[in-house]
Amino acid sequence: MKLLNCPINGLRPLSEFAYGGEVREPPLETSDAQWVDYLFNRNGAPGIKREWWYHVPSGTWFIAERDTGSDQVIKTYLWGEV
Amino acid sequence: MPLNLLKFALSKRHPEPPFFRQPDYLNPSYEVVIIGGGGHGLATAYYLAKDHGITNVAVLERGYLGGGNTGRNTTIIRSNYLTPEGVAFYDAGVKLWENLSQELDLNLFYSTRGHFTLAHTESAMRTMRWRAEINKKMGVESEVVGPETVKAAIPQIDLSCGGRAPILGALYHKPGSIARHDAVAWGYGRAANRMGVHIFQSTEVTGLEIRQGRIHGVHTRRGMIRTSKVLSAVAGFTPRITQMAGFRTPIVVHPLQACVTEPLKPWLNTIVVSGSLHVYVSQSSRGELVMGASLDPYEVHSTRSTFDFVEGLASHILDLFPFLAGIKVVRQWAGMADMTPDFAPIMGLTPVKGLYLDAGWGTWGFKATPIAGKTMAATIANDKPHALIHAFRLERFRDFELTGEKGAAAVGH
Ligand SMILES: Cc1cc2nc3c(=O)[nH]c(=O)nc-3n(C[C@H](O)[C@H](O)[C@H](O)COP(=O)(O)OP(=O)(O)OC[C@H]3O[C@@H](n4cnc5c(N)ncnc54)[C@H](O)[C@@H]3O)c2cc1C
Repeated sequence: MKLLNCPINGLRPLSEFAYGGEVREPPLETSDAQWVDYLFNRNGAPGIKREWWYHVPSGTWFIAERDTGSDQVIKTYLWGEV
Repeated sequence: MPLNLLKFALSKRHPEPPFFRQPDYLNPSYEVVIIGGGGHGLATAYYLAKDHGITNVAVLERGYLGGGNTGRNTTIIRSNYLTPEGVAFYDAGVKLWENLSQELDLNLFYSTRGHFTLAHTESAMRTMRWRAEINKKMGVESEVVGPETVKAAIPQIDLSCGGRAPILGALYHKPGSIARHDAVAWGYGRAANRMGVHIFQSTEVTGLEIRQGRIHGVHTRRGMIRTSKVLSAVAGFTPRITQMAGFRTPIVVHPLQACVTEPLKPWLNTIVVSGSLHVYVSQSSRGELVMGASLDPYEVHSTRSTFDFVEGLASHILDLFPFLAGIKVVRQWAGMADMTPDFAPIMGLTPVKGLYLDAGWGTWGFKATPIAGKTMAATIANDKPHALIHAFRLERFRDFELTGEKGAAAVGH
C-alpha cells in the first residue's frame, strides 16, 4: 500500500495518514476479565480487518477495510456509512 | 591457509561435515516439540538437552533455520534496560554470550563495541540518568557521558546534528556488542543435533491437537506428532499459533526494517543509537554500516520493504554523519516484529496445559536468544516458570503488572 483513499480527499500518499488501530467495541458489561481483554488483547492474526485511519492534513478520521496479510485495502468510508 | 583452501577446492568429498542431519521422517511422538527454528527455538532445544538431559526433541521450522527475525536483525546485544526485571534478565543473557563461541565451537563474531544512546533533549537526558542509576545498582556497566566523550569516541559525528537536534549527552554501555546472527542459529542447531535433537526444515505446524485444555500433539505439513509438551517460539507468527490454541494475547505484528551500505574501511568502533532521530548504526566486520530505525507504523504480516524507510533513515543518518552522503545503500529487508504494549516479552506457561510460549520479542529479542533458551528450557523441563521470567508471564496483563520497558526498547533494539 502506497496510496490510501480518503473518503473526503480522494487518493493521497500514505505518508499523509496515521494508523489508529482496529475498530473495537468497548464491552457493555465490565467484568474484570472482559475489561482486561478489551484493554490489552488484540486480534493479532492476519486477516481482513476494519481499522481507524486518520488523514492528517485535513483532520479526517475514517474506516479502512484492509487485509493485514497482503496489505491490500478493500474499501474506505466514513464512520457510520456502509 | 591458502593451501588448505586449495585442498578444499580440489577435494571430491566435502571436508567439513554438514551442520546437522535432517531425518527422513518425523517420529510419531517426541517428548518435546518446538515450533520455530529461529535462535530461540534452537537455543531452547540445546539447553533442554544440555541442562536437563531431554534429547527426545523435535524442532519444526516452516522455512529454513534462522530465516525469521534471527537472520534479519541488526544484532545489538546489551543489558542497559530500564526496569530491574529487564536488566536482571538481559544481563544474565550477556554473561552467556561472552563464552558462547567457545561453548558452541563456532565463531559467532561476538564483538564488544560499547554502545552509545544519544540524548538530544533534556527529557531524554533524564531517562538516561534513570537508566544509568538502575543499571549501576544492578551491577551493569552504564553511565551518562557528555558530548565531548561522544566526540572523542566517534570523531566523525556532527554533535549539532545539522543544528536541528544538538547532542546533549549519551548513555554509555561498555558491554554493548554485536554478533553474527545466523551463526547463532546454526551453532545452537548443530550443538543440539549432536546431542540427539531432531531438526526439520520446511515443516510447518498447521494445527494443534488440544483436548480438555491440554496439548496432545501438533499437525504438520508432513504428518501428525504426538507430544505432551510444545513450545511456540515463532516471533512474528505468534498470533497465528495462539489463534490455533484458542486464546488471545496483546501481541500485534508490525514490520521492522533494516539496511546495509556498501563496505567501508573501519571507522566506526561503537554502536550508536538515537531515539530522537529514530536511527541506529554499527559497522559490521565486513565493513558495511548496519542501520535500522523504528517500527513501521501499522500492522502488516509480511517482510516487504519500503522506499519511505530508506529515505527517512538516510536523512537522519546524515544528520549524525554528513560525510556519508555519497555512500550507497546496497540491501534492505524487513522482519515481522511481535510487539507487546510494555516492550517486554511474553514467556512461560499458557492457558493450554503443556503449551509454552516464548514470544513478544518485537524488536529486541536477538540479544535474549541464549537466556531465553536457557530459561524456557528450565520452564519446560519443570513445568514451572523460571524465576528470571516471572515478570514476563502472560497473566501480567490480567494482574495489571506491566513491565514498562518502553523507555529502553522503543528504538534502541
Ligand atoms: C530489522 C530487525 C532488527 C532487529 N534488531 C535487533 C537488535 O539489534 N537486537 C535485538 O536484540 N533484537 C533485534 N531484533 C529482534 C530479533 O530479531 C528477534 O526478537 C529475535 O530474532 C526473535 O528470535 P526467534 O527465534 O524468537 O524468532 P525467529 O528468528 O523469527 O524464528 C521463528 C521461526 O519460526 C518459524 N515459524 C513460524 N511459524 C511456524 C509454524 N507454524 N511452523 C513451523 N515454524 C514456524 C519461522 O519461519 C521462523 O524461522 C530485530 C528484528 C528485526 C526484524
